[in-house]
Amino acid sequence: MEFASSFLVPALRSLARNKMRSGLTMLGIVIGVAAVIATVALGQGAGGQMQSTVAALGSNMLMVFPGSVNRGGLQVGAGQTKSLVVDDENAIRENVPDVEAVAGAVQISTQVVWESNNWYTQVMGSDPDYFQVRAWTIGAGSVFDDEDIEKASNVAIIGETVRRKLFGAVNPIGQVIRIKNLPFRVIGLLAAKGSSGFGQDQDDIVLVPLTTAQRKIVGITWLNMILVSATSQGVSDVVQHDIIALLRDRHRIQPGSLDDFQVQSMAEFANTLKAITGTLTLLLGAVASVALLVGGIGIMNIMLVSVTERTREIGIRIAIGATEADVQLQFLIEAVLLSVAGGVVGIIVGEAASLIVDLALSWTFSISISAVSMAVVFSMTIGIAFGYYPARRASRLNPIEALRYE
Amino acid sequence: MPSQIQERAMDHSVPSAPLISVRNLHKYYELGETRVHALRGVSLDIHRGEFVAVMGASGSGKSTFMNLLGSLDLPSSGSYKFEDTEVAKLSKVEIARLRNRRIGFVFQGFNLLGRTSALENVELPMLYAHVPSNERERRAKEVLSLVGLRDREHHFPSQLSGGQQQRVAIARALVNHPSLILADEPTGNLDSRTSVEVMEIFQRLNEHGLTIILVTHESDIAQYATRQIVFRDGKILGDTPVAVRMIASEVYKTLPQMEED
Repeated sequence: MEFASSFLVPALRSLARNKMRSGLTMLGIVIGVAAVIATVALGQGAGGQMQSTVAALGSNMLMVFPGSVNRGGLQVGAGQTKSLVVDDENAIRENVPDVEAVAGAVQISTQVVWESNNWYTQVMGSDPDYFQVRAWTIGAGSVFDDEDIEKASNVAIIGETVRRKLFGAVNPIGQVIRIKNLPFRVIGLLAAKGSSGFGQDQDDIVLVPLTTAQRKIVGITWLNMILVSATSQGVSDVVQHDIIALLRDRHRIQPGSLDDFQVQSMAEFANTLKAITGTLTLLLGAVASVALLVGGIGIMNIMLVSVTERTREIGIRIAIGATEADVQLQFLIEAVLLSVAGGVVGIIVGEAASLIVDLALSWTFSISISAVSMAVVFSMTIGIAFGYYPARRASRLNPIEALRYE
Repeated sequence: MPSQIQERAMDHSVPSAPLISVRNLHKYYELGETRVHALRGVSLDIHRGEFVAVMGASGSGKSTFMNLLGSLDLPSSGSYKFEDTEVAKLSKVEIARLRNRRIGFVFQGFNLLGRTSALENVELPMLYAHVPSNERERRAKEVLSLVGLRDREHHFPSQLSGGQQQRVAIARALVNHPSLILADEPTGNLDSRTSVEVMEIFQRLNEHGLTIILVTHESDIAQYATRQIVFRDGKILGDTPVAVRMIASEVYKTLPQMEED
């Protein structure tokens, strides 16, 4: 209370005396803090978005691809080899603990035709387990079953995008489409999943039984990938390790030799994404904090002008008994008031800006307490750091010269 | 309030010791390569209750002497004791405290804070003495009535006449009950009638025991004091009691009536 009436009120009054100047000085801090808050909030929003994208893909999913293999000194590229087979899929299902579902898959990009319409899409052959691994449900119709796999039936389940491109308003269930000139009966429609967040349309797909794809469409006996879902995200590291050990054993890879397959886990992928967005947020925040620094220099500049302008006032104060600490405190409080007020307005502007962006991109908006408290501490620190030199200069003035100053 | 000043003047443990004791005081300023010798060995005592007028041409060293007395500056050599304390040996904080509580300054240019009410200007020294705010207000109002400005307490300096501004400055100088008032050309910016008004206040305060040292170059103003010290070339040229002292309240009655505010 004493402090308020002795120092806070006079400081506020002296700032209010130059409203335009105080406002412009604050603006530097407002822009700096708002930029930091907005970039951090957007970075976190983007991070959250990617996390949920990964979760939608199946955060406990692992993907096994045939890897590069060395044939007589020649490195053959990943995904181009025949090293993964259905027996590998079965071995994983039977031998690796904590595995929920396993689905081998074959894929090819090709033309799909219905009547006079055609569409270039991805045709994926897999097991009924595929739906469980990808956490994907059927929007209409039904899925293929083990009997379809056994018989290599000509049935297909289409994604929402394919339905729209081929059928428009027509009900696709029961219609016959042609893939590589073979007729397939559409038995189901996948629930729409939307974009993967990496610009890939997940609904642009046609699913057929694995055996049908291998024998009739692509003409291979091996697999392009095996999708595995662990019972939880926590065990995915262990599952990954077990799969590597199992496949190395099955493929008779000597210790020291390279794997002829790769296992990618979504958990690992999620962590990589998290690290990337974290680094980006940090980078953007660092750029934004340059604005904050410039704002701080603005405060210092104005405080120096203010000290010069008020030289006579400082002389009077020293003559009537102000100590160096008193004078220093007076100017420091003004600087800190400027920067903290700027900080508070900056937080409001920054949060408002990120709210608008979040609404526009339909991201989830959240106020980061850590960013807000950091902004407050930061702006206060800036006030003290950049107010210190002018305040010290004021307190060191020679009172005789200061009293003579016009 | 006047009784408080009297008590302070009298309850001092060593009444015989002078308030101010200056011995062989020198002050040089280095201006580039030349050395300006502003004070060349000044010695004097000033006792409690004296009203001293310090006179001299500009460059005589009187301003330097006043700055040293006000502890706004420190001597190059020699001794300056205020209330038996060697000022040069005090710390910066102690010197600030000395200026705050023992000495009241009155300047030629009034030196009030602009856009700050008379009341707040008077409260300012108490702020640095850490007086609680309700006490500050009470004491500020008290000294403002002493200089007859109680009804102008919420006026800004720009809304007050020169004489009124100087009276606010005097109230500010008095508010921490100092034992010395240092007035540097206090009537320099005032017309003769207002000057007499200000001198009347000083004489009244002096009658109640307050020591006053006043710098002036007007010899008629010096006639209101009890002792005149004349400086020339950094030395004391003369130190004499005032033979025929003028009484401001008497002079005031002889002045023609004028329209004030």
